[in-house]
Amino acid sequence: MEKPLTEHIKNDNTWLSLKEYKKVGGYEGLQKALKLNPEEVTNIVKESGLKGRGGAGFSTGTKWSFVPMGDDVPTPKYFIANGDEMEPGSFKDRLLLEGNPHQLIEGMIIGSYAIQARYSYVFLRWAYHHAAKAISSAIQEAYEAGYLGQNILGSKFNLDMSLHISVGRYICGEETALLNALEGKRANPRTKPPFPVVSGLFGKPTVVNNVETLNNIPHILNKGAEWFKGLSKTDEGGTKLYGASGRVKKPGLWELPLGTTLRELLEVHAGGMQDGYKFKGVLPGGGSTDFLTEEHLDVPMDYASVGKAGSRLGTGTLIVLDDKTCTVGMLQNLEQFFAQESCGWCTPCREGLPWTAKLLDAIEKGKGKMEDLDTLTFQTHYMAPGNTYCALAPGAMEPLQSALKYFKTDFEKHIHEHKCPWEQ
Amino acid sequence: MIAEKILSSEEIKEIQEVYKHFPVKSAACIEGLKIIQKNHRWVSDEAVKELAEILEMSPAAIDSVATYYSLIFRRPVGEHVVMVCNSVSCWIMGCEKITNSLKEKLAVDYGETTADDRFTLLTIPCLGTCDHAPAMIIGEDLHRDLTTDKLDDILNSYK
Repeated sequence: MEKPLTEHIKNDNTWLSLKEYKKVGGYEGLQKALKLNPEEVTNIVKESGLKGRGGAGFSTGTKWSFVPMGDDVPTPKYFIANGDEMEPGSFKDRLLLEGNPHQLIEGMIIGSYAIQARYSYVFLRWAYHHAAKAISSAIQEAYEAGYLGQNILGSKFNLDMSLHISVGRYICGEETALLNALEGKRANPRTKPPFPVVSGLFGKPTVVNNVETLNNIPHILNKGAEWFKGLSKTDEGGTKLYGASGRVKKPGLWELPLGTTLRELLEVHAGGMQDGYKFKGVLPGGGSTDFLTEEHLDVPMDYASVGKAGSRLGTGTLIVLDDKTCTVGMLQNLEQFFAQESCGWCTPCREGLPWTAKLLDAIEKGKGKMEDLDTLTFQTHYMAPGNTYCALAPGAMEPLQSALKYFKTDFEKHIHEHKCPWEQ
Repeated sequence: MIAEKILSSEEIKEIQEVYKHFPVKSAACIEGLKIIQKNHRWVSDEAVKELAEILEMSPAAIDSVATYYSLIFRRPVGEHVVMVCNSVSCWIMGCEKITNSLKEKLAVDYGETTADDRFTLLTIPCLGTCDHAPAMIIGEDLHRDLTTDKLDDILNSYK
């Protein structure tokens, strides 16, 4: 089984130097890309079927193809790697950022070439200090070796790159909020359209891609779209970094073919549940995805299949709910997080999320009423997609709406018994 | 008497170096706040005013940015900022025991600083190390797979 993204990552907490990265084929994808037209590079990525690994799952090549090209377009254009990984329960980009920074940088240079960007930024969350050191060191090495700067590898293509370390707030992972943060402003999301590919950073065409997404790019250019498609168990190409946290025997992170089943992830890679704990449900792709349950264990973890099962692949990192953890308590924790991280820009999110968190807190403490469940259901409709500026509030409603569907009796028990039945 | 300035000439130079790379000076606002905090632990009202002058912004505009971001401190903090992850995976794995124990050992609540000015206790959303939950970060050091027994040794290493 091929693991192109992670196979060379070392176990000693050090990252691959430029020398080590080149030894295993590093920057060969870039050399191939620079011999093609920018449009040809975009087409290869489009043909590969690569979809955004940050959660939304949009075709990467298609995103690039929306950038205005030619001499008569707004410049400078920008290319940004989104390394703000703050989705609760997600820890996949950290491995790539800390273990193989050149793989990201090479992907960014190729992407920048494809859209003819002049400047590129790595947007990194504050907490990833080790990753910040890795990226800074790798950017410097790339400059010294002529992969960044003027006339890259004699191609007449110029690109500068720098690292931006963020100062908190979950919303910065939303791409238009991220742009405002990079401009030094409050990170409120912007209205779409216009989309960043047309009007992004400082009003110029900008591509924002997730870190894992960009780590795939050098390999796609080096080995081709067909090879990439062959990595996957479904027709959506590539491998995926899957992970699991919660009461499983071996929480961790694994690169596996896209479309590996939930059962294989839980039972084989995560080693099953810890002794004394039973599987109850799972958020398949971070805190803002719908629960899946026992009946979904054979669902392949790809974008289309998880969508059909009523949830989202999201970040592909499972958060496992066991029988000894209170569902309402878990929901209260999640909704409190989303309420705290709401930027407050639009009303449904600013008002609805604290309301939701308070209702859940009351239910958890045994002070809930049956009609509160109707109010919670109302909130899931009130904050549905289309009613808010960005995906924060609709995402926050996904675990709640599915918990009300699969675990409603847990809520009712709290209300009838006037206490949390899980409380020891 | 002229009040002494908060920002040193080195800090001002560092901030000016940042805005050179952007089309507008105000784009250096967050970086400027970070530079101030790195040297002074937190960002005072005076520092906000001085940054506003450098970036040709109003102090209110600077403050609207400073108060937006959870990791810019607009109140004094201790020498070491202890931030405990309280997001979902750490919660499932029992982070409440960790935070209760920390509150007891440090004799502070969230947002407070110990009497000796050593530690400030805060929470932080998901630290992205969920396979090693529960976790916390002190300064720039990540501490993972926490149990209440480990806390004394960890805290003592900062004394």
